[in-house]
Amino acid sequence: MRRVAAAGFGLVAAFALAACGEKAQTVASGSEKKADVPGWQPGNSAYLAPGWTPGDRTSWEAQLRTRAQAQNDFAVPTK
Amino acid sequence: MARMKFICDAERCIECNGCVTACKAEHEVPWGVNRRRVVTLNDGLPGERSISVACMHCSDAPCMAVCPVDCFYRTDEGVVLHDKDTCIGCGYCSYACPFGAPQFPTNGNFGLRGKMDKCTFCAGGPEANGSVAENAKYGRNRLSEGKLPACAEMCSTKALLGGDGDVVADIFRSRVLNRGKGSEVWGWGTAYGKPTEGKQPAVQPTEGKKS
Repeated sequence: MRRVAAAGFGLVAAFALAACGEKAQTVASGSEKKADVPGWQPGNSAYLAPGWTPGDRTSWEAQLRTRAQAQNDFAVPTK
Repeated sequence: MARMKFICDAERCIECNGCVTACKAEHEVPWGVNRRRVVTLNDGLPGERSISVACMHCSDAPCMAVCPVDCFYRTDEGVVLHDKDTCIGCGYCSYACPFGAPQFPTNGNFGLRGKMDKCTFCAGGPEANGSVAENAKYGRNRLSEGKLPACAEMCSTKALLGGDGDVVADIFRSRVLNRGKGSEVWGWGTAYGKPTEGKQPAVQPTEGKKS
């Protein structure tokens, strides 16, 4: 009789506590963040700047460094 | 690896608000939200200085630290971005940010505060680069097009520099050396140290002297 009561109590407790369960909310669970697409992988943009190869990280970084020199009015223009 | 940064040259900024306009136009930023703005100190007085301010894409961003839903992330280039689908619009980031970068649209009844909006360094958000969804939420993704932020590229006096931190630091350093002053103006020296590190400048800037 006591075993049946204990089992019944366990079932009731499990049912009552079911609402307390929740999904993991830590950063490691991966539910909070979306992985971004790297900048050197452009979408189907019709406005790509010329001078670099889409999908090539090295070329993209070189493009940004070169483009930044347009802000340098002390730079010697290259021919 | 590039580390994207902005620096505004207070000696050159003429408070034209071209950067603000470029940003608003490029990203179709709604009314009431200013991802970038020009701040003027000592307005109308001798020594007046203006500086263009937006998200500085901090290396140790306080907004990231305080966000209760952890919606911020940093790209490989050091650009601090956020996920509007995760943002709950609580405003903690705006209290934590020393630059007032996080903005909140108030386009609903009873002062409803929407999801946070801020400068993306023209790098969009977590959606696919150049997608319609990304454009609608975060504006144009110029970085993935091989371009730099519109505000910096549109600056008429080249006061606002944007790009790889090493490159813009070199540009600013060459300016300071050429004009023989500027490093003493507030901002640069405080934030990044003297631009003479490693070598002596051609002209020594005078400490504490304002132009």
